[in-house]
Amino acid sequence: MAELPPFQTLIDEHAAEVMAVLRGAVGREGAEDAFQETFLAALRAYPSLREARNLRGWLVTIAHRKAIDHHRARGRAPLPVEAVREEAVFDPDPTDGTEIWRAVAALPPKQRAAVTLRFASDLPHEEIAAALGCSPAAARRSLHEGLKRLRKEMA
Amino acid sequence: MTPTMDKSLERLRERAAAEGLLDVAYATADSPFGTLLLARTPQGLVRLALPNEDVDATLADLAGRISPRVLEAPGRLEEERRELDAYFAGRRRSFDLPIDWQLSHGFLLRARQGIAAIPYGETRTYADLARTAGNERAVRAAGSACSRNPIPLVVPCHRVIRSDGALGLYAGGVEMKERLLELERGA
Repeated sequence: MAELPPFQTLIDEHAAEVMAVLRGAVGREGAEDAFQETFLAALRAYPSLREARNLRGWLVTIAHRKAIDHHRARGRAPLPVEAVREEAVFDPDPTDGTEIWRAVAALPPKQRAAVTLRFASDLPHEEIAAALGCSPAAARRSLHEGLKRLRKEMA
Repeated sequence: MTPTMDKSLERLRERAAAEGLLDVAYATADSPFGTLLLARTPQGLVRLALPNEDVDATLADLAGRISPRVLEAPGRLEEERRELDAYFAGRRRSFDLPIDWQLSHGFLLRARQGIAAIPYGETRTYADLARTAGNERAVRAAGSACSRNPIPLVVPCHRVIRSDGALGLYAGGVEMKERLLELERGA
């Protein structure tokens, strides 16, 4: 059996990042629930985990499954981007990337997930593929399509 | 950690406990001797680490021996902290806390349960303890029941001293043992 560190270590080291990834993938509104679901699922599975390497990748993968569940539950309804835009922008820093994340949030689910996983979580294509349940080639394609669309949006 | 994140983690701890996923909850507690680490399972207090013990090593050990579902959850250890505070202030003479004995077995378990029964302000010798635990020749083993006691203070191994009247050793240092006995004598 693998020597698993106390679960609290995973929270201390990765909770903030998992939350950021989920905000990117499902938006601020859905992120809290997806965060709870992610860590509860991780806690449930943790003792039977065989492998203590790359616990971060493991958590991010679960987070993405939960993000995908979230979108499925909403029947893949597009995020209400306009509604979000009408809210006050709390962070006045124009370089904080808010615009780009709004554009990311408006992408179709697979593209959005691929872009978030690649740039918010810095996952390699293989792990993105694992998280999305597709081939690395398909993951690469989703990422490519997503980026192409973002470039057009942001131009 | 941001306030929003604190709230999220608080919710997570509550939900984990409600779903039976919080196998080991831990918290730190201040004491006149330094910071203590307290850990409990749903059954009760399972480990108390004295200030000179390494926190990370203690938690890693609990993850390996009990369950890796180890979470910091101070809310689950409020009663333990309250009773310890009162004890250090001289306002409490016995602990009213459920104990999880799962880290002790056989002779060591019997010896530690014997320690738990030594009244406040009194002492017993290692030989007394060996006899109580059912093997009067196992004086050395009685010594390790004390020195490797997973729940010092609450299982008051500081009340066990040598037959010649010397204090003997203490995991938290002999000075701590001396001060604890003084506290209990009302000095």
